[in-house]
Amino acid sequence: MRILIRNGRVIDPATNRDGKYDLLIEDNKIIEVSEKIDTDADKIINADNLWVMPGLIDMHVHLREPGFEHKETIETGSKSAARGGFTSICPMPNTNPPIDNEFMVEYIKVKAEREAIVNILPVGAITKGQLGEEMSNIGNMAAAGIVALSEDGKSVMNANLYKKAMIYSKNYNLPILAHCEEKSLAGKGVINAGSKALELGLSGISNDVEDIITIRDIILAESTGARLHLCHLSTEGAVRFLKEAKQRGVLVTAEVCPHHFALTVDDITGYDTNYKMNPPLRNRNDVDAILEALKSDIIDVIATDHAPHHEYEKNTTMDEAPFGIVGLETAVALTITELVDKGIITPMQMATKMSFNPAKILGINKGTLSEGSIADVVIIDPNFVGTVEPEKFASKSKNTPFKGRSIKGRVNYTFVSGIVVYDVANE
Amino acid sequence: MWNYKDFIGIKNLTKEDIKHILDLSFEMKQQMINDKAREIKQTRGNMTTLFFENSTRTKHSFYMAGQNIGLRVTDLAIGTSSVQKGESLMDTLQTIDSMGTDIIVMRHSESGSQEFAARNCKASIISAGDGTNEHPTQALLDAMTILDKKGSFEGLKVTIAGDILHSRVAKSNLYLLNKMGAKVTFTGPTTLVPKAITQMGAKVCYDLKESVKDADVVMGLRIQMERQNSGAFPDLREYNKTYGIDGAIFDYAKKDAILMHPAPVNWGVELDRSLFTAPYSVISEQVTNGVAVRMAVLYMIMEYRNNRK
Repeated sequence: MRILIRNGRVIDPATNRDGKYDLLIEDNKIIEVSEKIDTDADKIINADNLWVMPGLIDMHVHLREPGFEHKETIETGSKSAARGGFTSICPMPNTNPPIDNEFMVEYIKVKAEREAIVNILPVGAITKGQLGEEMSNIGNMAAAGIVALSEDGKSVMNANLYKKAMIYSKNYNLPILAHCEEKSLAGKGVINAGSKALELGLSGISNDVEDIITIRDIILAESTGARLHLCHLSTEGAVRFLKEAKQRGVLVTAEVCPHHFALTVDDITGYDTNYKMNPPLRNRNDVDAILEALKSDIIDVIATDHAPHHEYEKNTTMDEAPFGIVGLETAVALTITELVDKGIITPMQMATKMSFNPAKILGINKGTLSEGSIADVVIIDPNFVGTVEPEKFASKSKNTPFKGRSIKGRVNYTFVSGIVVYDVANE
Repeated sequence: MWNYKDFIGIKNLTKEDIKHILDLSFEMKQQMINDKAREIKQTRGNMTTLFFENSTRTKHSFYMAGQNIGLRVTDLAIGTSSVQKGESLMDTLQTIDSMGTDIIVMRHSESGSQEFAARNCKASIISAGDGTNEHPTQALLDAMTILDKKGSFEGLKVTIAGDILHSRVAKSNLYLLNKMGAKVTFTGPTTLVPKAITQMGAKVCYDLKESVKDADVVMGLRIQMERQNSGAFPDLREYNKTYGIDGAIFDYAKKDAILMHPAPVNWGVELDRSLFTAPYSVISEQVTNGVAVRMAVLYMIMEYRNNRK
C-alpha cells in the first residue's frame, strides 16, 4: 500500500523542514520526502494549502477504562484522538483500579491492541492505589511498557516518599508528570479564588495551591536529578519558577492545556459545570504569562488533559460536578485560532509542542516525518472556519465549554502506521 | 409587574422589581397585623418546602406565609427521605416536580443549587438560601425593616459585621442595598472579610468602631460555629472582644440607628447579651416582616403562574 501526499506544507521539527514537499508512505513507513515525487500510488492525496505534520502526541488524557466506561473507553478515546489529529496518547493511571502494577499495564495494552485505532502509551501511578502511602511497582511497570509516571489528579503530598520515587524512577529513565496541587490549600475549591468565586459563592482555588507544589517539585527534581514534567500549568507563578529552573539547568519541562490559554475565569457563565476543571481557569495575567512562555518556548508541550464525564455527572451543582473537560477534538483548532493565527507561535512551534517535544520527553521514537520513520502523520486544514460542534465528537462525552465557539482549523486526515484512521470526508 | 418563573436571587432584579415586592409586602403586613385574616389576598395552588439545611424561622415563615395566602403547603422531611439513601438533588427535585407542585421552596448547602433547580423543574423555585450565594427573602425582609424605620434607602450607611465570606445574607443584602441607593460597609476579621468584595460595591473596614461610626443600620451576622474549625479566628472569646457589638460600640452609630440580625443570634458572641432588650433592636420585627415578604413573593409567583395558564 502506497499513499502519496502531494504538495502539502510539510512542517517537521525533527528534520527542520518547513515548505512544500511531497511525502510518500509505503505500508507503515514514510519512505520519501522530497520536493517532487513522481510515482504511482494506491491513494494520492492533494494537500494543497494544507499542513502535513508528524502525528500529534497527547501526553495527558483520561480514557476512563477500566472502571468508568460510561465516560469513555480505550476504543472511543482513541477515536476521539484520531479525529483530533493525535496518533499517540498517554492515558493517566487514575482508573478503577488504578494503573499501579504491571498487570494493569498489560490489561491496557491488550485492550489497546484489540480496540484502539491510535497508539496507547500508558502512564503508571507513582504510589499504590494512588493513595500516597507506598511506592507502586515502578520497575515492573517500566518493563511492561509505561512511558512515564504520574499521580495525576493529585500530588504525592508525602515529600519523602515522592523523593524516593523520583530517585527510583531514574533507573528506568521515566519522566515524572507532576500534577501540582497542595491539598490542604485547595480545600473544597471548585473555581479560581477571587472575585468570581466570591460572587458565585463558590470555594476558590488560589494560585499558591499550584505554585507551592511546583516549586517543591522543582527543588526535588534538582536535588534528585529526576526528569520532571509539569502537567497543565496554569499560573503566572508556575511559569516564573519553570523559567528560572530551566535557566539553572534543572531537568524540567512543562505542558499547558488549550483551555488555560483560551479562557480566563471571567469567561465562566453562571454555574455552568463545563467550566469546572482542575487547575481552574485563571486570571488574565496568568494567561498572558502562559502565552509569553509558549512563544518563548519556556512551555514545551500543549496537552489536552482530555477528561470526559457523562452528562448526568456534569448536570448538577458546581460543588458536586467532577472536574474536567474533553479536549482531544478541540486542541488543534484552539491552538491554531488562539496561538498560530494570532502570531503567538509559528506552525513549526505548534508541531514541536504537539508532537516533537512530547516524543522527546517520553523518550519514544515518534514525532518525526523523517524518511524511514513509522508513518504517523496528520494533515491539517489551517484555513477551515467553523464552530465547535460537540454533537460530532467521537468521544463518548461532550463536556466542553467551547460549544458553539468560532474556530479556525481542523484535521483532514490522521494516519497511524500508514493506515488512515480519520478522514474528514467520512464525517 | 413580575415576569419570572422563579425567585432565586436579588442579583438580577431591577430596582422596580424590588420596589414592587416591597410594596406588596407592606400591603400583606397591614392585613396580617390588623388581624384581618379574612382580607388577606388569597390564591390557589400548592407548595412544597425542601430544606436540605436546618432552619427554624425561614422554613416556618415560608410555611405560614404560604398558608396565609391560601396555598396548600407540604414539607418533604429531608431527614427521613431517600436523600439519606444517597438520592441525588436531581432525583429529589424531579420526584417532587413530577408530583405537580406549583412552588418548591428550597434551601441547600451548595451555591448555585437554586439555579440548577430552576433550570430542571417545571415548578417555580423559590430560594430559601443556597450555600454562600444568596438568601434573597432575607434581604427583602431586611430591606422592608429598614424602609419601615428609615423611610428611604438613599444615602443610608449600613454596616454589616461578621463572617462576610460565608454569608449569603451579606451578599443578598449588598446586591439589594446597592440597587436601592444605600452604602454598605463590611467589617470582621481579615480572614472572613475578603478585600475582593469591594469589587462588588461594598466598603471594607477592619476596625469595628470606625465601621459603625455614623451608621444608620448596624447588622450583626451569626458566627457559624462550624466555621471556627476552619481556623479563621482563634476562638469565640477573641472574636467577641474584637468584633462583638455591645452598647458602647453601638453608640458610635447615629442617634436614631437600628440594630439588626438575621438570627439565630449567638448571644455573647456577635451581639452582647445586654442588647437583647435594647430599644433600637428591630430583630423581632425582622421576623414578622419575613412572613409578609414571603407572602408577597409567593403570591407574586402564583399570579405569574396563573396568568400564564
